[in-house]
Amino acid sequence: MGRTGEDIRKRIARARLERMMVIAVVILVAVVPAIPIWLMYGWIISQSFSGKVILGILPTDLTLDNWRFLWSPIKMGEKEYPNIWPITINTLALALTVSGLVVFVSSLSGYALSRMEFKGRTALMQFIIALHAFPSVILLIALFVILNKLGLYGKGFVTLVGIALIKAGLEIPMATWIIKGFFDNIPWDLEWAALVDGASRWKVWRTVILPLVLPGIAAVSIFSFLSGWSEFLLVFTYVAQEEYYTLPVMIYYMIGEFIHIDWGMLAALGLFYAIPTLIFFSVSQKVLLRIYVGGVKG
Amino acid sequence: MVRVTLDNISKFFGKVRAVVDLNLEIDDGEFVAFLGPSGCGKTTTLLMVAGIYRPSRGRILFDNEDVTDLPPKDRNIGMVFQSYALYPHMSVYDNIAFPLKLKKEPQREIDKKVREIARLLRIDELLDRKPAQLSGGQKQRVALGRALVKEPDVLLLDEPLSNLDAQLRILMRAEIKRLQKELRITTIYVTHDQVEAMTMADRIAVMNKGRLQQYADPQTLYNKPANIFVASFIGSPPMNLIEGELEAPDDNSVFFVSSGIKLKLPNVPPNVAKDGQREVVLGVRPEDLQMVGPGDADKEETLEGSIYVVEPLGKEFLINVQVGDHVLKMLVPADGMPEAGQRIRIRPNFSKIHLFDKKSQKALL
Ligand SMILES: Nc1ncnc2c1ncn2[C@@H]1O[C@H](COP(=O)(O)OP(=O)(O)O)[C@@H](O)[C@H]1O
Ligand SMILES: [Mg+2]
Repeated sequence: MGRTGEDIRKRIARARLERMMVIAVVILVAVVPAIPIWLMYGWIISQSFSGKVILGILPTDLTLDNWRFLWSPIKMGEKEYPNIWPITINTLALALTVSGLVVFVSSLSGYALSRMEFKGRTALMQFIIALHAFPSVILLIALFVILNKLGLYGKGFVTLVGIALIKAGLEIPMATWIIKGFFDNIPWDLEWAALVDGASRWKVWRTVILPLVLPGIAAVSIFSFLSGWSEFLLVFTYVAQEEYYTLPVMIYYMIGEFIHIDWGMLAALGLFYAIPTLIFFSVSQKVLLRIYVGGVKG
Repeated sequence: MVRVTLDNISKFFGKVRAVVDLNLEIDDGEFVAFLGPSGCGKTTTLLMVAGIYRPSRGRILFDNEDVTDLPPKDRNIGMVFQSYALYPHMSVYDNIAFPLKLKKEPQREIDKKVREIARLLRIDELLDRKPAQLSGGQKQRVALGRALVKEPDVLLLDEPLSNLDAQLRILMRAEIKRLQKELRITTIYVTHDQVEAMTMADRIAVMNKGRLQQYADPQTLYNKPANIFVASFIGSPPMNLIEGELEAPDDNSVFFVSSGIKLKLPNVPPNVAKDGQREVVLGVRPEDLQMVGPGDADKEETLEGSIYVVEPLGKEFLINVQVGDHVLKMLVPADGMPEAGQRIRIRPNFSKIHLFDKKSQKALL
């Protein structure tokens, strides 16, 4: 209807231009802000393997000396710090305990909130959101009293367990909320079908529901692992003995060493600190992307 | 295979009365359809039979055994959901095998049964696929396979064909019916499509607003609808329903009177018109009206009107006739071409007319 060949060519050209602009915007928004982050990673990697650094940028002298904390005691100036491995195990134990507790509790409570009708359900959900608004700094003193009363303060490893409980408690509300969202997306029919097929309620949860909320569980386990792994304030406040420090606290103390600070080693330490995070993330990310609900399969 | 008895069951969701005082008996091996408009409580009833919902009142019996409090897993029921509800993370094979695995049947037995049912439903090529890779018709077969594989006592089907296109629906209609007759499983089939119910079921339970309207075989429903709702719901094109009054001026004649209409009803006994007058609804199916010539019939037993519009249906014409203030639909053989505006005289087949009391909505004849 009056649409000439030239007109159509013009429209095609315009469509192409629009597509290119979309790509440009995506690059601008998603890639450009990531550049400084990648530069910093690059810097920290090269720094950790070089003996001398020129102008704080250019690495020279390839060496493993900065990584010596892996096989020998850490010494900075006069002070000797605990061996890195027990500290790493402390950190890992804390992170895994937090993550385990959070996943276990929030996957059950998320299911209950999404699926079960009970009195005060809405009020409880609002309360959960409100709960998340409390930063742990406010709770520091109250928690201290509680830890003391429970006999968990100043007891070395047991204190770490106490901290794991607190940290998990702080993470569970939000995790519950996230997982509830995943449960909400599973149609009732699916659950009913499994019941009619002969499954008990528990079996339905195990064989049908759980596999479908796996992405949600992966997300929650990543977040809670990371928050446990990087927890500073609680450990810093409640742990008295050095051998029960976690990595963030130890790194903090080492940065505080003004005179004898060893930048190369700090860089290596920082990198070491990031490794478990990267591994954990890459593993659970696979699950995260395998989303079944809505018909997409991995 | 069992006989299912619904003994006065009701289901309330807060203020919503989804099902009210339902009494029904489904014989061993019978194919019963629950028919009614959307929201009338069909699915709710089905879920009560399955044991997903517990009735607010009343009992459910399987072979005289009270199963009201029996959990679904112990009822040996197969169910096809409207959404099919296939497990998205399992292959077709695993979907069908799921009920057998839960029964802890030996692996070899499971494999044999799954392949057998897959062959029967012609989905044996699809066993490795995930539900997301199936078409609507294929999903429907898988759901049916999953319901049938455990050889259930009762088969429940919730609008299983409503998501299929028209052609496939007709195909599956016949196939499900044949399967049911072959396996002799007591079956409840939920649908809002009266053609589906009429063509497939041994008996039909017509429901409206949570209440049972009539429970009978298709022919009885068609010929003797118990009330206005059933009369209007069953049959396509639908029955003509005209509000009016019955008048009995003397002891041996009854007239139906409405605005612009006065029709003598020769077959109706005068005592139906209480006290010589009664508010009623007259029902005539489109195929029970015929055109007559001027001298062919008693003038009092005919209606005069003009053709409003003609809808050719191929084999027949559906003619809309303006009579008084009413438009009646009539089916006539497709010969000659009636024209809009043409004046015609029509006569009902009086042995097939229906009269309903306007207040109680119930059939009078
Ligand atoms: N879980 C529920 N909560 C509240 N109301 C419900 C629930 N299930 C069904 N209903 C209501 O009950 C009535 C019957 O629903 P349903 O049995 O699904 O109808 P149908 O299957 O005949 O379309 C509807 O009014 C519906 O809104
Ligand atoms: Mg329904």
